[in-house]
Amino acid sequence: MAENFLYMLAPIMSGKIFLILLLGTLFGLILGVLPGLGPTTGGALILPFTMTLEPLSAIILLTSIYCAGTYGGAITAILINTPGTPAAAATCLDGYPLAQKGEAARALGMATFGSAFGGIFSVIVLVFFAPILANIAYEFGQPEYFALAIFGLTMLASIGEGSPVKNLLAGTFGILLSTVGKDIMTSVDRFTFGVGQLTEGIGFIPVVVGLFAISEMLVQSTLTNQIFKRVAMKAVKLPTKEDFKYCFKTILRSSGIGSFIGILPAEGGTVASLIGYAEAKRWSKDPSKFGKGAIDGIAGAETANNAATGGAMVPTLALGIPGSATTAVILTGMIIHGLRPGPDLFKEQPEFLYGIFGSMFFANILFFIMGFFGAKLFARITLIPSRLLWPMIFVLSVCGTYSLNQSFSDVLLMIIFGVIGFVLRKFGFSVVPIIIGLILGQLVELTLRQSLVIFDGNYFLFFTRPIVVTFFILSIIALSFPYLKKKKQK
Amino acid sequence: MNKVKVLEKGRFNSALFSLNPEFLLLLFIYLFCAVTYTSSLYFDEVPPILMRGIQPATFPKGLIILITFLNSILTYLYFTKKVVSNKSVPAIFYKTIFSLLAFVLISHFVDLFLALIFFSFLISYWWGEKNIALILCLSVIFPLLVFILFEMVLGLRFPAGILTNLYYN
Repeated sequence: MAENFLYMLAPIMSGKIFLILLLGTLFGLILGVLPGLGPTTGGALILPFTMTLEPLSAIILLTSIYCAGTYGGAITAILINTPGTPAAAATCLDGYPLAQKGEAARALGMATFGSAFGGIFSVIVLVFFAPILANIAYEFGQPEYFALAIFGLTMLASIGEGSPVKNLLAGTFGILLSTVGKDIMTSVDRFTFGVGQLTEGIGFIPVVVGLFAISEMLVQSTLTNQIFKRVAMKAVKLPTKEDFKYCFKTILRSSGIGSFIGILPAEGGTVASLIGYAEAKRWSKDPSKFGKGAIDGIAGAETANNAATGGAMVPTLALGIPGSATTAVILTGMIIHGLRPGPDLFKEQPEFLYGIFGSMFFANILFFIMGFFGAKLFARITLIPSRLLWPMIFVLSVCGTYSLNQSFSDVLLMIIFGVIGFVLRKFGFSVVPIIIGLILGQLVELTLRQSLVIFDGNYFLFFTRPIVVTFFILSIIALSFPYLKKKKQK
Repeated sequence: MNKVKVLEKGRFNSALFSLNPEFLLLLFIYLFCAVTYTSSLYFDEVPPILMRGIQPATFPKGLIILITFLNSILTYLYFTKKVVSNKSVPAIFYKTIFSLLAFVLISHFVDLFLALIFFSFLISYWWGEKNIALILCLSVIFPLLVFILFEMVLGLRFPAGILTNLYYN
């Protein structure tokens, strides 16, 4: 235990790692502030660059971007009524009205405090729950892993944004993409159409950068006539004693909600902030203030979305099932560095995992300090015109994707997936299930085939294993949940 | 602007069969499934002793059938919904797509660095920046900085081309 605690201090003990943590937090904040970017797209952009780093430094860079980027979205939400990240959408509801009343500093102060508190709370949850979950996963065989992956995908369909059918279709498409190339078990070519580059399969990075960064660039091209008006702000103020007293229960509740929602394999932060906000309203002494500048509304939403960061890392690290879109990017980072998250990683490389836990803890402290003293500066970044910003992002995307294999076909693939991502988003599909499907695809197929070898081809034997049956039942509940909810609302 | 047409629920309307982008997407998904399924019929088969549970084509085939099934649900929902929206995009989007195409062609046949400069310039200009000096500066200096960073720090070698060859001497 004491050893693990020391591993957690690694990010501040090593100058190089601390510098990476600092840069990651700063970069994450900037990404979070810029509408359309955010930690997922930013993480995807930085992914190729992490190849030059050691695995621990690379993942620390990605996780610090995740923590700070999730908070950064609040600055834009409060000052220009545009969520920097989808997870900050609920913050707009009360943050902007409060800013318009001349209390932007108070709103930002509460968002900064709530985010840091929620983030630190969730890291504590992560430190305790991830090893427990990993221990449980030790009992899992191939059929259990297959059922778990299916459960992860169905959760994404039910809780994720948009239509469940569209999410499922996108997830299935992602799994289908993972089958392109040589079959890992028999070496038979699949969907290669005679193209040599496809025999190795479709790389994660061109797909991730294409679906997140390039499709977002195309989305931004349809929004060029948008004009952002920033509310003036002098400095960030810490919440007053009364604010603390008034919001503390909300912050605690949202920390719990965010961490729990984050643990579920789905779109963590966005869903968590909406539930955190709704619960803050339900328990508020004065719900009529919500939507007009309620300080507990900001606390509820912002605490929950940052609390989801640690929560979402629990299934990602313990089971290899991403808990959110950004953790899918982090998982991609781990895979390209040759790491497969799961129980074995806890046993074999505890210094690596506790280093990540520590970095998330310190990233929350760092963004609290940066947000508190630099929010005024970060607020200026929101006014960088997209017509200058996006060409730069494109240059970085192209060079980053090219750098992996020094192959122009990767760049071409990135552009193709950018266009596919745009079309799908235009018609209400989310691109996140495609990434998660692509990541989980190999696991789903491998575990299905190995299970069938164990069961001698008898599919019914899946139902003789209690954990598998439990996951299948949970999957059915997850799939029927949106329809039951709709029926109840009617 | 998105054109929205309100239809009477459950009533047949020829507008649903018109070249509505949503309808075209559904058709495209069916076409995609047909092509990939046909392609999967030509995968090599392995002897039972080597197949490890199922044949290599079985899993992808199952996925394609699932996609077709989910798409048929979407088709059903499309025909039973009340509102058909025509999701058009502004002209600037097509200009961006054109810039992407130009980028691919120039980088493939002429030079990657030149293509990046050209793309950055076009996008900044078409998206509304009218300060030509600023655009020129940004579209030359930024790619150059990124090139130097990748070349010096990451040891990357970019593909040959008119400008890249000059850089590499």
